[in-house]
Amino acid sequence: MLEEIIFAGFGGQGVLSLGQTLTYAGMVESREVCWMPSYGPEMRGGTANCAVSISDTPISSPILAKFDTAIILNNPSFEKFEPRIKSGGVLVYDSTNVTLKSTRKDITILAIPASEEANKLGNARMMGMILLGAYLSKRPVLKITSVTKALEKVLPERYHNLIPLNLKALEIGAGFAQ
Amino acid sequence: MGETLLMKGNETLAEAALRAGCEAYFGYPITPQSEVPEYLSEEMPKRGRIFLQAESEVASINMLYGAAGAGFKAMTTSSSPGISLMLEGISYIAAAELPCVIANVTRGGPGLGTIQPSQGDYFQAVKGGGHGDYHMIVLAPSTVQEIADLTYDAFDLCWKYRTPVMIMMDGALGQMMEKVTFKEYKEPVRDISWATRGKPANGDRRVITSLHIQPEEMERVNNKLQAKYTEIKKNEVRYETQNCDDADVVIVGFGLSARIGTKAMQMMREKGYKVGLMKPISLWPFPEKAIEDLSRRVKGFYVLELNAGQMIEDVRLANEGRAKVGKYNRYGGMIYSPDEVVEHLEPFCKELK
Amino acid sequence: MGIEVSLEGKEIVYKRPKALTDAVTHYCPGCGHGTAHRLIAEIVDELGIQGTTVGVAPVGCSVFAYNYFDLDMQQAAHGRACAVATALKRLMPDKYVFTYQGDGDLAGIGGNETLHACNRGENITIVFINNAIYGMTGGQMAPTTLIGQKTTTSPYGRTTNEGNPIRMCELITTLPGVRYVERVAVNTAPRVRKAKAALLKAFKNQQENKGTSFIEIVSNCPSNWKMTPLASNKWIDDAMIPYFPLGVFKDQ
Repeated sequence: MLEEIIFAGFGGQGVLSLGQTLTYAGMVESREVCWMPSYGPEMRGGTANCAVSISDTPISSPILAKFDTAIILNNPSFEKFEPRIKSGGVLVYDSTNVTLKSTRKDITILAIPASEEANKLGNARMMGMILLGAYLSKRPVLKITSVTKALEKVLPERYHNLIPLNLKALEIGAGFAQ
Repeated sequence: MGETLLMKGNETLAEAALRAGCEAYFGYPITPQSEVPEYLSEEMPKRGRIFLQAESEVASINMLYGAAGAGFKAMTTSSSPGISLMLEGISYIAAAELPCVIANVTRGGPGLGTIQPSQGDYFQAVKGGGHGDYHMIVLAPSTVQEIADLTYDAFDLCWKYRTPVMIMMDGALGQMMEKVTFKEYKEPVRDISWATRGKPANGDRRVITSLHIQPEEMERVNNKLQAKYTEIKKNEVRYETQNCDDADVVIVGFGLSARIGTKAMQMMREKGYKVGLMKPISLWPFPEKAIEDLSRRVKGFYVLELNAGQMIEDVRLANEGRAKVGKYNRYGGMIYSPDEVVEHLEPFCKELK
Repeated sequence: MGIEVSLEGKEIVYKRPKALTDAVTHYCPGCGHGTAHRLIAEIVDELGIQGTTVGVAPVGCSVFAYNYFDLDMQQAAHGRACAVATALKRLMPDKYVFTYQGDGDLAGIGGNETLHACNRGENITIVFINNAIYGMTGGQMAPTTLIGQKTTTSPYGRTTNEGNPIRMCELITTLPGVRYVERVAVNTAPRVRKAKAALLKAFKNQQENKGTSFIEIVSNCPSNWKMTPLASNKWIDDAMIPYFPLGVFKDQ
């Protein structure tokens, strides 16, 4: 198994930490993992992205042209990465913010109103978790419980009270994917 | 074996230095390596060790000279333009035979360039950079785990040979996160009888210098350095190969290029081409014998570098015209994807079939 | 061929300090470096710190200082003595660390290292030999060369086009990390005694860990000034000291 995922959105939307959470989840399942961020001035207010690889064998290239899955949070990232999803891959995006539409027939498309749902939950930052829940429900490369365990690692102790809310967000996302 | 952690390359470098007993760190902030001083500024004082943000890279490298000359385990880190500023000091350190570790988390140049990854400092690292006939041992990790392992090695090698050791990794390796397990570090026995810690009551004073104004004496110093370099070339060549046994074409790449090259090799194998990979880990000493041996069996080398073609010169020297040498390069902070490499490598392989 | 002299019944009033080697120095006859070296060596002897002192030699005329001090020494790259000394002192706070630097080394190429070591208040002794010229390389203009002074690179005399001579004591004094700043000279016997007292204090200050001690020694360069030693000592009075006034600038 080798799954290559791109997370992309605006800087500040939590794109990098969302990718890190999935990377940790891969580690929880003793997979090989690699998290490769874009870095530099573009992180400040511009677009940010990170590529995550999860594999059963050592990971070769952290630099990728095509992805199995793209998790997209804004229009510029949609434009950039939608064409770079491998045939048979998955596109997950926040349909509250992304207004572009995909015409591709060779990929699975999950348009999730994640921001809207996150606001309903009372915490806009849950948007990423909703998308992650949708993705893992459609393509169960890792268990949801591994993500929960990963959150314990990624989140500073003072935010551990938010773990149940994160779990709820993952479930909401999964619900949309069904 | 400790627990497996998920860490950034830069943090791993810092943590490995701590575990290898680094007693002093001097450095100046520069992207994309600033996580190293940030990490160490927090951790070194807790252990009663010295962390100092210097006023410049010039000061940093000379602080390193002072610390190493007094027999302490010391390190500095920087990125390409900062390393350029350190070259004078590195030459002095090599000449005065001082053990220390210098890490270069490389970015695209020349000039102020870009903060994106590059391998454009190969010549600077392996061919000298600074003035005079000297070499550093140059180690190039390509995974976060290798950053940890080679940092330990760097501390050991610099003391074994009393010579500066450079860890050269591009900005992408510094920024990316992978699994890492820190082995237990075994402190080697270190002789510091030569170090300046105050004149011994019953012994001679110690002098750290690179000045030998009489040419006869300076030639003797050079002979001693060259003998040391010969010894290093004999003992410390490191590289890895994959799928080279039946290969027609071998990709040669270090650091990030070796990672991208591995994927390109796999993609080429799927297409039915017999492609292997050779990853130099010690850039100096360069694995010239391994390249020479391969050149007698393979039809071609394909040198992948994130520069305009630097290591390719060492490949050509070892190849001595036997196999065909091709190359693919991106630079200035641009990185080739495996697909892009395959696109250019395929015609090269076809021609040699 | 040695000359045998019997010392029997004689009182020894002058001898080489233990902290100097018996090497013949390369300094020119009449040069102030020899005096300055001797003063430091006497202080090392008097404080009994030969085994706990590490010196840093610069590039310039005193580049060979490590051949003359019978001390553990490091020879630094041009201008970087204060950076080297910073590392030495931070790693060995119980040792005495001093730099010995000329005007080109300390105030020219090493201006930044000097300034920042002082600003950090490194607990070291900086000995600055100001003779208003580059000695080792053959008499070129230094950052402290006086206006109108002729050197091999200011053959018509220095003008402000090349900048004004830098008064390092005055500059360094403004930095809070600096504890003690004094400018002395070694061109007369009373001044030599005063210089020694200043250097002694600068070394002793290290025991209290209160910051940087900076001693500027106005010195001569008969060879490159193209003067006899006597005339050069007079020129210190006539030309140097009016611009570089002697005295204590800071003592905390």
